[in-house]
Amino acid sequence: MNYSVAFFTILFKEIRRFTRIWPQTLLPPAITTALYFLIFGKLIGDRIGLVHGVSYMDYIVPGIILMSVISHSYSNVVSSFYSTKFQRHIEELLVAPVPNYVILAGYVCGGIARGVLVGVVVAGISMMFTHTTILHWDIAAAVFVLTATLFALAGFINAVFADSFDDISIIPNFVLTPLSYLGGVFYSVAMLPGIWQKIAQANPILYMINAFRYGMIGVSDVQIELAFAMTGGFIVFLTALSLLLLHKGIGIKN
Amino acid sequence: MTALSIKNLKKTYNNGFVALKGLDLDVQRGDFFALLGPNGAGKSTLIGIISSLVNKTSGLVSIFGHDLDKDNVAAKTCIGVVPQEVNFNQFETSMSVVMNQAGYYGIPRKQALLRTEQCLRQMELWDKRDVVSRRLSGGMKRRLMIARAMVHSPRLLILDEPTAGVDIEIRRSMWEMMQEVNKQGTTIILTTHYLEEAESLCRNIAIINNGQIIEKSAMSSLLSRLHTDHFVLDIARPLSVAPVIEGYDIVLNADTVLDVAVPKSHGLNRLFQALSEQHIEVQSLRNKSNRLEQLFLDLVQ
Repeated sequence: MNYSVAFFTILFKEIRRFTRIWPQTLLPPAITTALYFLIFGKLIGDRIGLVHGVSYMDYIVPGIILMSVISHSYSNVVSSFYSTKFQRHIEELLVAPVPNYVILAGYVCGGIARGVLVGVVVAGISMMFTHTTILHWDIAAAVFVLTATLFALAGFINAVFADSFDDISIIPNFVLTPLSYLGGVFYSVAMLPGIWQKIAQANPILYMINAFRYGMIGVSDVQIELAFAMTGGFIVFLTALSLLLLHKGIGIKN
Repeated sequence: MTALSIKNLKKTYNNGFVALKGLDLDVQRGDFFALLGPNGAGKSTLIGIISSLVNKTSGLVSIFGHDLDKDNVAAKTCIGVVPQEVNFNQFETSMSVVMNQAGYYGIPRKQALLRTEQCLRQMELWDKRDVVSRRLSGGMKRRLMIARAMVHSPRLLILDEPTAGVDIEIRRSMWEMMQEVNKQGTTIILTTHYLEEAESLCRNIAIINNGQIIEKSAMSSLLSRLHTDHFVLDIARPLSVAPVIEGYDIVLNADTVLDVAVPKSHGLNRLFQALSEQHIEVQSLRNKSNRLEQLFLDLVQ
């Protein structure tokens, strides 16, 4: 049986979903990030001066782009897959001969697509405020896609366990957003006092943001290899967990 | 060849409720099969297991010879399911709902478009193909679920109360559609609470109660077990009290309508003769269509 048809059916359905509701999915990040660049980058940033030898505006651009990728790849999968469960059209997939890995790949790639599209929109907005050039395209692109993959997988697992719409907003509001803000989007870890530097290093998002920053402007607070190893390790772990949950039918089947 | 074979199927839910207690069932290819049972008897659990929506505790299920565990893809390809409640994405058009399902079955787009058109036309929904599915009427939504279930040309179609809550006209047209699908060679398993529906459409029947099959036979042989037939008689002149005729139970339903229970041992000739002797002229006669209901209640109580 040709599973690529099923995969592309899920993927295109997901892409149609978030593009159909673009005022909810693509417009808000454009407005929010324009405000970030205006307030933090332009108004406050001009008074901060250079960070690691680059202007504050250039320093925060990679972090803001990746923060958008994290939040949108996660929220796309968590809301879409939870709605699929809630409206019970998950049953359309379960009765059909679609292997679990195809279901997972379809939803995760849908999340990646939205994360990447929002990232590109935010990068485009940033060009209105600064003219950052990308120093290491390969590293920037790899971190961009791997981060979207990781958080799309995390969103999928959240949706599997969710029993109500409250359950799909708890993690983004109380875990992802704080970790993103504390992950060095707006500052360098070197600016933090002693013990806080150590605590900040326990935040996995810090590694992704810094690896992406290195890809874009060549500046990082962490080792790039460690960032890739950590992201890759999380992706492998979350993929295995997602497949196990689907196989057991947890949160999906009786 | 059996379309569906179930051996010693058991299901215990996490809360300890035993829904199926070692159920055995065979449905032959080409059959129009009724699966009846009171609420909570285990019908939905059984259909859920066959359609891979519920994990079984133990037992074997095979569809056209394909084991649901070992030959999952082939088994699933043989089944189409029409659930009790609407379960499609209500923000998508009718066309997308059916097209997506074709995609899940691996049907290439060109072929899927053709099949989608065929199925929507057969269910008289082609002119609604671009309508967002939540805007369809209740009957149309049910027909859309049938079209979706048929898009991959399943050999076994499971219809779980497909006509619940639809008006008589739509129900009749859905009966015709189901009969047409069955005539084309698709095996149909139907669950319904409208026993008249089962009696009119199905050739074989199983009754499930407390997680077990308590009766399985041909519809005709089940109905032949009835010792009494019920008839409604329209009479020419109004009566104030029901006539008394030995051996028949007669109730005056309205002043010109009699409900009569006719024991098979007595027959209708004696009844008409006795009515004639009492100068009661019968204008018309019809069978009261609750025969299966009576048997059903006898079996499950």
